[in-house]
Amino acid sequence: MEWLSEFGAIAAMQGFNGLSVFCVLLLMALGLAIIFGQMGVINMAHGEFLTIGAYTTFVVSSLTSSYAPAFGPYYFFFAIILSFFIAGAIGWLVEWAMISKLYQRPLDTLLATWGLSLVMQQGFRSIFGAREVSATLPDWLMGSWNPTEAIDIPRNGLFVMGLTLLLTALLFLMIYRSRWGLQVRATMQNRVMARSVGINTKRVDRMTFALGCGVAGVAGAAFTTIGSTGPTAGSLYIVDTFLVVVFGGASSLLGTIASAFSIAQAQSLLEFFTSGSMAKVFTLSAVVLILMLRPQGLFSAKVRK
Amino acid sequence: MDSQPIRLLPRRLAVGAAALSLLAASLFSHVASAEVNTTGLAVTDSEVTVGILHSATGTMAISETGSIQAERLAIEQINASGGVLGRQIKVVQEDGASDWPTFAEKARKLLVGDKVATVFGCWTSASRKAVLPVFEKENGLLYYPTFYEGLEQSKNVIYTGQEATQQILAGLDWVAKEKGAKTFYLLGSDYIWPRTSMKIARKHIENVLGGKVVGEEYYPLGNTQFGSLINKIKLRKPDVVFAAVVGGSNVAFYKQMKAAGVTADKQTLLTLSVTEDELLGIGGENMAGFYASMKYFQSLDNPNNAAFVEAFKAKYGKDAVIGDVTQAAYLGPWLWKAAVEKAGSFDIDKVVAASPGIELGTAPEGYVKVHDNHHLWSKTRIGEVQKDGQFKVVFESDLIEPNPFPEGYQ
Repeated sequence: MEWLSEFGAIAAMQGFNGLSVFCVLLLMALGLAIIFGQMGVINMAHGEFLTIGAYTTFVVSSLTSSYAPAFGPYYFFFAIILSFFIAGAIGWLVEWAMISKLYQRPLDTLLATWGLSLVMQQGFRSIFGAREVSATLPDWLMGSWNPTEAIDIPRNGLFVMGLTLLLTALLFLMIYRSRWGLQVRATMQNRVMARSVGINTKRVDRMTFALGCGVAGVAGAAFTTIGSTGPTAGSLYIVDTFLVVVFGGASSLLGTIASAFSIAQAQSLLEFFTSGSMAKVFTLSAVVLILMLRPQGLFSAKVRK
Repeated sequence: MDSQPIRLLPRRLAVGAAALSLLAASLFSHVASAEVNTTGLAVTDSEVTVGILHSATGTMAISETGSIQAERLAIEQINASGGVLGRQIKVVQEDGASDWPTFAEKARKLLVGDKVATVFGCWTSASRKAVLPVFEKENGLLYYPTFYEGLEQSKNVIYTGQEATQQILAGLDWVAKEKGAKTFYLLGSDYIWPRTSMKIARKHIENVLGGKVVGEEYYPLGNTQFGSLINKIKLRKPDVVFAAVVGGSNVAFYKQMKAAGVTADKQTLLTLSVTEDELLGIGGENMAGFYASMKYFQSLDNPNNAAFVEAFKAKYGKDAVIGDVTQAAYLGPWLWKAAVEKAGSFDIDKVVAASPGIELGTAPEGYVKVHDNHHLWSKTRIGEVQKDGQFKVVFESDLIEPNPFPEGYQ
C-alpha cells in the first residue's frame, strides 16, 4: 500500500510540474504573442526584455537589503511592477527609434532586433558585469508547500502560476474587451482602413510594442525565482518562446495558450518517461510534424479566402 | 602653468627610475637576448611578450573573466618581483568572444603576428580543441586552466586544471566511505565533459565501489525546467545525486531542487561543476549543505592561499570570489616562469622539455608538480556549500597522480 501512496504523490507532483512548465512557457510567450502575434514584428530581442526584468528585480533586491531590510518580504511585488514599466519604457523607445522605420520589412526587422539583442547583452555585461547575479528571494517564495507529507509543491511554481493567470486575464480584457484593444485589432487587420477611420495607428503600434515588452519584463522578474540572472539569461528562453507562439498560430492569444499547454505537457511527460535530451527531440519533432500538416499553427484567425 | 616645475620632478624621478630598472634588468640578465631566444619570439633585453586568450564577451565571459583576472594578477606579481630571466612580461590580450573559430584565429594572430613566448587561455574544451592544431603547427605553448574530461595530451599544452579522474574518483570514494553511498543518480548537461565524466564515474561506481547507478541523464545546455527530473530523483531515492550541470541551467536546477523540497537534510548531492563563481548566481542559500569535488576552494586554510586571496581582493574588490579554475589560471604564469628559468631560455622546445618535474610550493592550493604527461599532481578536496556562498572544506585527499588516459575507464 505504501508504494501506491508514494506513486500517487509522485503523480501529483508530476502533474503540478506539467502545469508549472505550462505557466512558465505561457508567461514567457505572452509578450511575444502580442508583438509577433498582433503586430507581425519578429522581435529577436524579446529575451533581453526578459533580462531587463530580471536585472530590475536584482537591483531592487540589492537596494532593499541595503537600505530598507524591513521591506524585504514585499519588495518582490514592487520589483515586478517596476520591471513592467522599465521594460515597457525601453520598448517604447526601441519602437520609436527603430521598429517604426521597419514595418513592412520583416526580414530587416529580424536582423535589426537580433543586432539589438547583442547590443543589449553587451550592455548588461558592461553595467552589471559578466558574472551571474542572484536576487535574494523573500522567504515566502522559497521552499515547498506540503499538502501531505509526501507531496512537495514548489512555492515559486505556485507564484508563477498565479501571476500567469492574472496577467493572461488582464491581457484578454485589454485586447478583446477594451476600446484600446479594438483599435489594436483594427490596426493589425488593416492599417490603412484603421487610419482612415481616425485611429492614430502610430500611437497604437508604439503602445502595443511597449506593452509586449513590459509583459516580457514581468516574466523576467518572475523567472528570477526559477532561473538565472545574467547577461545572456534571456537567450535561454527565446527559442521556446518563438516555438510556442508559432505553434499556437501567430495571431491568436487562445492559440498561444493551447500551444504552451500542449508543449508543456508533452515535454514534462516525455522528460519523466525518457530523458531530458530525448524529450526535447521528441517534442520538437512533433511540433515540426504538426506544423508541416498545419502551417498556420493550432489556431488561426479566420480570413476570407 | 606655475605648477609645472612641481609636476616635472616626479616625472624626472619616474624616468630615472625606469632607466635604473632597465639597467638593473640588463645587469641581472647576463644572457643576451639572442641566446635565450633562438626562434624569433617577441623577446627583447627588457621585455618578453605573452598572450592571454579568453572570452571577455559572449556567453562564456561569465566563467572566463575570473581566469583573465588571475592571470593578470600573477603576471603583475612576477613583474614586481623582477620578471622572468630579468625581463618584464608584456601582455597582449585577445578576445575569443565565446566563439571557437575566433579562438583559433586569435591564437594564430598571437603566435604568428605577435610571436608571443606563451599563451594563457581557453576555458571550454571546445575552444581548446579549436586552438590545438594552431598551437601544434606553429609550435606555441598554451597553459590551459579548466578541469576537463582528459583523453588529451599535447606537447604544446600544459594543463593546470584537474583531468577527470583526479576530480571524480576521490569525490566518489569519499561519498561511498563517509556517507555509505550505494546508489547513484548521474546527471549532467549534454556535451562532452559531463558525458565523459559520468562514463568514468559509472565504471568506478560499478567496478570499484560495488555500487549501483539508478539513473543517468543529460539535459540540453541552457535547459531551464528540471521539475520532471527532480520527481524522478524522488522516485528512485538515490543515496547520492552526482551532478555536472553547467551554465544558466545550474542556477535553474538548484533553485528548483530547493523549491521542490530536495535539500541537504534529505538528499546528498555531490557536484563537479559548482565553484564560488557559480554560487554567486545560484545563491548559497539554495545549495547549502550540498558538496562539491574540486582541487581548490577559496576558503582553503594555508598561508599561500591567504596571501593570494588578499592580493586578489586588493586588486578586484572585496566582493571578488575565486573559484577552482581561477586559481588554476593563476598557476599558469608561475609555472611558465619556473620552466623558463629552469631551461634558461624562452625557446618553446626548451621550456616544454624543462616543464615536467617543475614544482610549485607557493601555489594557493598547496604543492603542485608538473607530470611527464603535462598535467599537474594535485590534491582533491570536498567542500560543503555554506549559506554565504563559500565552501567549508570537509575532506582533503593525498596528492593524486594525473592520468588523462585512464585504463578501464573508457
